[in-house]
Amino acid sequence: MKTRRIDNYGKINRDKILSFRWDKKNYKGFEGDTLASALLANNIGIVGRSFKYHRPRGIFSSGVEESGALVTIGSKDRRDPNVRATTQELYNGLEASGQNAFPNVNFDLAGINNYLGRFFAAGFYYKTFMGIPPLEWGKGTAIWMFFEKFIRKAAGMGSASGLPDPDTYEHAHDFCDLIVVGSGPAGVAAAIEAAEKKLDVILVEQDSLIGGNQLAENDFDNSQIKNQLENLGIKIMTRTTAFGLYDNCVVGLLERVTDHISASNVNIPRQRFWTIRAKHIIVGAGAIERHIAFNNNDIPGVMTVNASKHYLNRYGVLTGKRIVIATNNDSVYETAHQLSEAGANVTVLDSRTNFEIETNKSFEIRKGYVPYNINGSKKINSLDISKSVTINKSETINCDQVLLSGGWSPAVHLLSHRGVKPKWDYNNACFLPSDTKENITMVGSSRGLWNKNDCIASGIAGTTDALNRLGISKTNYFFPKPGGWKNPIQPLYEVKYKKSRSKSFVDYQHDVTTDDVRLAHREGFISVEHLKRYTTLGMANDQGKMGNIIGLSLMAELLNKEISEVGTTVFRPPYTPVSIGALSGRNVGKHFRPLRVTPMHQWNIDHGAKMIEVGLYQRPWYYPKENETLSDSYIREASTVRKTVGICDVTSLGKIAIQGPDSTEFLNRIYSNGFSKLQVGKARYGIMLRDDGIVMDDGTSWRLAENEYFMTTSTGEAAKVMSWLEELLQTRWTDLNVNVTSVSEQWAGVSIAGPKSREVLNNCVDDSLVITNNNLPFMGVTSTFLKGNIPCRIARISFSGELAFEVYVKSDFANTMMDLLWENAKKYDGCLYGLEALGALRVEKGHVTAAELDGRVTIDDAGLSKMASTKKSYIGSAMRKRGVLKNNDREILVGFFPTNLKETFNAGTIVCEKNNIKGQGIGRITSVTYSPELGHWIGIGFVKGGLDKWKDTTLVGADPVRNKQMNLKVVSPHMIDPKGERMYA
Amino acid sequence: MTKFNAWNVIKNGLNGQSYWTRQWRDPEPKSSYDVVIIGGGLHGLATAYYLAKNHNIKNVAVLEKGWIGGGNAGRNTTIVRSNYMMPGNHEFYEHSLKLWENLSHELNYNVMFSQRAHVSLFHSPGAKDSVSRIYNIMRLHGTDAELWDLKTLKKKIPHLNYHNSRFPILGAAVQKRAGNARHDAVAWGYARAADTLGVDILQNCEVTGFTRKNGNIESIQTSRGIIKGKKIGFAVAGNTSVLWQMAELGNLPIESHKLQAFVSEAVKPLLDQVVVYGVGGAHFYISQSDKGSMVFGGDLDWYKSYAQRGNLPMVQDVAEAAMAIFPSLGRIRLLRHWAGVMDMTMDGSFFICKTPISNLYLNAGWNYGGFKASPASGWYFADLIANESPHNYVQNHNLERFEKGINIDERGAGPDPKLHG
Amino acid sequence: MIRINCPYCGERDHSEFSYGGDATINYPSLDASEKEWTEAIFFRKNIKGFQFETWHHSNGCRMWLVVERSTVTHEIKSVKPSHPDLQKIVENNK
Repeated sequence: MKTRRIDNYGKINRDKILSFRWDKKNYKGFEGDTLASALLANNIGIVGRSFKYHRPRGIFSSGVEESGALVTIGSKDRRDPNVRATTQELYNGLEASGQNAFPNVNFDLAGINNYLGRFFAAGFYYKTFMGIPPLEWGKGTAIWMFFEKFIRKAAGMGSASGLPDPDTYEHAHDFCDLIVVGSGPAGVAAAIEAAEKKLDVILVEQDSLIGGNQLAENDFDNSQIKNQLENLGIKIMTRTTAFGLYDNCVVGLLERVTDHISASNVNIPRQRFWTIRAKHIIVGAGAIERHIAFNNNDIPGVMTVNASKHYLNRYGVLTGKRIVIATNNDSVYETAHQLSEAGANVTVLDSRTNFEIETNKSFEIRKGYVPYNINGSKKINSLDISKSVTINKSETINCDQVLLSGGWSPAVHLLSHRGVKPKWDYNNACFLPSDTKENITMVGSSRGLWNKNDCIASGIAGTTDALNRLGISKTNYFFPKPGGWKNPIQPLYEVKYKKSRSKSFVDYQHDVTTDDVRLAHREGFISVEHLKRYTTLGMANDQGKMGNIIGLSLMAELLNKEISEVGTTVFRPPYTPVSIGALSGRNVGKHFRPLRVTPMHQWNIDHGAKMIEVGLYQRPWYYPKENETLSDSYIREASTVRKTVGICDVTSLGKIAIQGPDSTEFLNRIYSNGFSKLQVGKARYGIMLRDDGIVMDDGTSWRLAENEYFMTTSTGEAAKVMSWLEELLQTRWTDLNVNVTSVSEQWAGVSIAGPKSREVLNNCVDDSLVITNNNLPFMGVTSTFLKGNIPCRIARISFSGELAFEVYVKSDFANTMMDLLWENAKKYDGCLYGLEALGALRVEKGHVTAAELDGRVTIDDAGLSKMASTKKSYIGSAMRKRGVLKNNDREILVGFFPTNLKETFNAGTIVCEKNNIKGQGIGRITSVTYSPELGHWIGIGFVKGGLDKWKDTTLVGADPVRNKQMNLKVVSPHMIDPKGERMYA
Repeated sequence: MTKFNAWNVIKNGLNGQSYWTRQWRDPEPKSSYDVVIIGGGLHGLATAYYLAKNHNIKNVAVLEKGWIGGGNAGRNTTIVRSNYMMPGNHEFYEHSLKLWENLSHELNYNVMFSQRAHVSLFHSPGAKDSVSRIYNIMRLHGTDAELWDLKTLKKKIPHLNYHNSRFPILGAAVQKRAGNARHDAVAWGYARAADTLGVDILQNCEVTGFTRKNGNIESIQTSRGIIKGKKIGFAVAGNTSVLWQMAELGNLPIESHKLQAFVSEAVKPLLDQVVVYGVGGAHFYISQSDKGSMVFGGDLDWYKSYAQRGNLPMVQDVAEAAMAIFPSLGRIRLLRHWAGVMDMTMDGSFFICKTPISNLYLNAGWNYGGFKASPASGWYFADLIANESPHNYVQNHNLERFEKGINIDERGAGPDPKLHG
Repeated sequence: MIRINCPYCGERDHSEFSYGGDATINYPSLDASEKEWTEAIFFRKNIKGFQFETWHHSNGCRMWLVVERSTVTHEIKSVKPSHPDLQKIVENNK
């Protein structure tokens, strides 16, 4: 196989040879190559297969607009499907393969689709596969799903590995005065002008080299520009794509850190996602050359003119020997000249008849000629051409390459992300960016400027615009007028030629043909957004960077309208696809969410705790001894608490310091029960309602001093309650003089519960007198010291129903406290207990938690009517009895026993009447446990009408998703010590 | 109208697709209609179709300011399911699912409803219990629902993060009849079917004002002239408040928030089911389209907005949520992201109801649930407009329910619209 | 990214803040009627355009702010503390 590489051309480093594999064969390239240039140099024409028809696909471009050369790079867990060969830098050992083909892209069995293509017109799948063909008999979805299996297999492009991505990604942030996107002449001029005016500038370039489209010029050397930029202190970011513009001049960047090197180093992120907050954005993203639609315009060997210039001058690859260039504009002539200089036989077909161009006559120009059909299938054999677009006199030229230039489309995508609609410029046959009120300025060929001097002038003007908008200067400026070619462009989007079974492509990757656009029109899909969705035009990886305009022009022609009246679809971010890994960054695996632990976390684990996730917290679940299961363990723990004493880490509860002269009034307004008479040194259980009268949270508040309270909230609602209190004080009750501070992290808390708890605590406090029944009665609060001079707060609060204390120390003393308490608890055969035992104890007592208070429950539903004061107004008091909330057939808190006491049941079981096991039932079980005290399973939950209505009736618990059903007895939710004698002991 | 079937696809394949004609007409507006539906999205089009089909009311217009299906119809992640538990909601969404099951045949348009199972992961014993409550209620209504243990889940969906996830995956609640569909096809299918029955679909017809007479709305000013309607229905989702105020009706229990949707590059089949989870403050759902794209989304952007574009923090959040359960997605690339404007309500449930104006009817408040609801939404809205009283299933889905204490709050999140995702 | 200029902390990403809601709601007194409360809690203007709304600098100084922002373009016209006393301090420090 002969190489297409030619001597004395290109900026590749010929001293550094790189080997790579393509479809399991070894090839060589040079440092500075892209995979595309290396494949072309090695004379590989077919690199992929198209989406629908599986037609051979070659390399169409040299950049991000590529819609043919999508390949798979890498293997195993580093396999990357759908990589554009045109932007993938070559590295030693690169492994690449063609995709969407079996067995390979050269010979693909699904190529038969091409011959069936006439049936696969746009939207054909909406019209069939519903039922049994040919008349779509049947019902339901089964037949569709049968066909769908095959369709799914055929669709998609490359295959994903399905394995966890082994690479790491990073998030980074930066700020600047001005971010310039694109390092072509306009962007560079803008950056330099801005840096000279003392702005802090970031210059972003998606390529590995700065220079933009100048990199396609044979005499371009970027080293001087680079020095100048660096000397001015401009931050240059290459291999970095500005993928999206967001509100307030925020730009999302993707920096490819290791995609161009072979070594996979775990210490270097593969990619970096930058969030840049700029004061102004200048976009000089260039313009993209379009192709022209005509029969078989997708045969490998078809390319844009500018791409061949890149391959020649940047990579030293002459892409063809007998080259036909088809155009409608002036931009191709320099390339034509250079290609022929390099040894190719070049013919230019220019659809225009009346124009002047200076050339050295090294190639033939055929004025008024257009291409209308390529002959060949896997490669180009010849091209049929015609004088004028209405095909009359035809002629055939032998050639191996067809280069196309149907005009240039400014890259207005980033501005489109901001919802700014581009406007059609008839003279230049392209969409130009519109102005925006936001601090975004478009420069260079992104605003339709075709020559370098205009681009440079626009860059400087763009920076002046930025300076003016930032209030730094007030300088007049003007942008050069769009255009800049000597002869006007002549619109040419399609050369129509009726020949059955040939296809004229608008969107190469999605196989959208001109006939598809016509069909869409015929069927009424004439809005551009309908056209896009019906034909999938512009919905492929390239988002229609090359083909969209052609589709729009065809629709405009069919509607007898101007393109300006037809409009264009909205481009969405990202400009080029961005890996989900990069967007996710470091927050993967265990780092997906922060882990909250209590200060005695390690102490708990050291003492055998098995942990459970509760929100972001890990809390002790149970403390198994030797071979104990969860169930063995929690039953032992709960029994121990009832018999002797247990210690439980309750640090995760929310803790809020409430201070200020109006604190009491504040609590009185936010809790449903009264707080105005709570004495200093006492705590009270309180319930907070939402504005709409539904229970929000419960907890305790301790009056530490006249104007100071210590509030605890549930673990789950801690953050919400804190924000809520702040909102009330800062937005609604601004007359109240109260300050709230979250002290959740500052205090470590334990509950010490059981008949021996006071004795244990006696041994732990400095002065045991402070905790006697007289000095610290039920709901009493004291500030005292643990042994070792550890300041602490103790409240006599019980969740378990036993004599119990909550002890809080500063977080730093957590482990000392645990050692002290545990050492003494052991003397009484005490235990450490976790959430599961805590749950068992509270279910026995009928205490509600989040499982019951599900955001739909009123205070009455929860059986806590007594907690609703009638003597005052409070948040939710106006609404808690509105409408049906006061009905007496509401679901009310009760206890449940299985009728057969040997039976078990689950939370989430629906409670039904015996002869009516269906629908919503009449209630539900919300929490269950084995009760060590009662010796069987018990539950709490809700039932319509409550205990009084059902206490003598057998009900049924239906749990069909767990294949269970049992008879239930409704009991009081207070199943143990209903009078609460134990906790007063 | 040429029937859509394989026979005609082949026939047209042989003759250059030339027999196909417009899928729906482009009529000039008549001066008056029996019913005018404002909003050419899925709900408006479905309503028009069922008015004609179920109630024989065919003198109907659908007014669309842009092009049909251009709003949230094309800005969703195409999930269809009925795992709702509140009274009325469950029956409504289950009826919707039943309509979906035969929708392609009903409309003679392949909406590609694929019942590939909706798999809702749970990560703690408590979460398993709460989801069991919902799925038990589904079963007790005769709806399919089941739990998968970890072993089954691993077999069915091998690529999930079972080893290294921040929140362990313990199993899943599954509705096998649920799945996803092709969103655009639903809009076009309803449009074509409604049009065939005589409904006028008026695109580029923006409502600019209302003329009131005797308390009723007498006529509607539009960009295509004045149109009269004996009865008028609003089905404009996120823009409901705008129209409501145009009709001088004051405030609504609705806030417009934006929800982003995400689509990746197409890859060969990687995920067969719809997978959903919510834990640690994250919310995430994903499926793979027939074209091969991963289609996914998460929470709202968390602030009120009428903008149809999203911001980066939620992009990041959703990507993290994706990686948390699907670590192989790291190398899959995001192709596009955009946003739709959601009509979030004070309890997360919708409105199909009468209004203070006697000839005006309201269909709104779809929160995240609009796509799957479309068939039933059209069905029951048409029923309300035709019969002038709500069906049992939607008898509480009105504006008075809050005062009456009937919050149809699936999540128990309370009167904060952004929390009802 | 919406950038909010917190009067205490300076300009920050909106992801540091939590959106509250309509800042123009006049909450009735605690003993007001169900009807008044229903209107305040459940019904919204839902403005398309500039509105006054509350944000909480939840990952910052914890101040509740009143922000005048367009719900269409997200442009922010003004930011001030919600609490009148804090407003005064900000004014005096200008």
